[in-house]
Amino acid sequence: MTLLQRRALLLAPLTAAVVGGTGFWILLDRMSEGSYDPHSVPSMLIGKPLPKFSLPGQPPSAGFSSADVAASKRPTLINFFASWCIPCVQEAPTLMQLKRRGIPIWGIAYKDKVNDTSDFLKQNGDPYTQIACDEPGTVAINFGLYGVPETYLVDAAGIVRWRWAGGLSEDVVSQYLDPLMQRLA
Amino acid sequence: MRYLVPLLLILSLSSPAHAVSDPSELLQNRAQELRAEEIGDQLRCLVCQNESVEQSDADLARDLRRIIRQRVVAGDSDQQVIDWMVARYGNFVRLRPPFNATTLLLWLAPAIALLSGVTAVVMARRRRPAMPAPLTDTEQQRLADLLNS
Repeated sequence: MTLLQRRALLLAPLTAAVVGGTGFWILLDRMSEGSYDPHSVPSMLIGKPLPKFSLPGQPPSAGFSSADVAASKRPTLINFFASWCIPCVQEAPTLMQLKRRGIPIWGIAYKDKVNDTSDFLKQNGDPYTQIACDEPGTVAINFGLYGVPETYLVDAAGIVRWRWAGGLSEDVVSQYLDPLMQRLA
Repeated sequence: MRYLVPLLLILSLSSPAHAVSDPSELLQNRAQELRAEEIGDQLRCLVCQNESVEQSDADLARDLRRIIRQRVVAGDSDQQVIDWMVARYGNFVRLRPPFNATTLLLWLAPAIALLSGVTAVVMARRRRPAMPAPLTDTEQQRLADLLNS
């Protein structure tokens, strides 16, 4: 065995360890700063039209369908929420702020009772242009929803551009939503 | 104590626990129910992600169990039911990921590990110096002399 071979043999495991270690370090770093979540499920809807649905309304809202969202012809947020969901309470101020900025938010109450939903809206404010009820939660499954709240951005052509699983915050809005809205406007 | 081993053996034969919260969830048709359970065992619960849809007690898992059973009764094949789930939740929902570009390293890892092990063994063997030639007659004689002295 030549000296070169000997060195290669020594360096191979060392290189493997360094590459692997760097990979893990990047992974852990991204996890701690929140840009990587191993539990997040990527949305299958991005770049596709909304799944077809038609839901009854939360009075006084008349309810809406996927066609209604597409017919509004402007970038719209669809927000799944529930009165029993704590992150939904936490994201309420952010949603109210988006409402004040004139961004239409269409709400879908997930597995909730009409009275509980209206109490929730009285307490936390009502940021919604329209509110529909998905009491059995089947429309949510067609969206690929795996928890509440979840927010979808639909562009003027009715194509889903973005999905956020979990509560919206000012950080999420400025980091992800605002740049997208600017591009779509 | 002497029942311990037979007991453990029987335990090892049992199937994984199924989180059926309500017996009315089960299909009346035994064959269809078994098929539905087999499909659900291959799908990940999106809430408790290390459990299958059949094992999990989460609300969403219960809804997915119901959908699996509806589709089985409606005559879907196992693959059609799994495709239905993948269309909504992506390959993440499959506990056994498919073989594709992203999972290449995952699936090939055992083969790569085996191959590099075999290579290492072969290289180590090749490096070993050849067996020394057998002793010549003079050397044999000398050895005998030394041992006898």
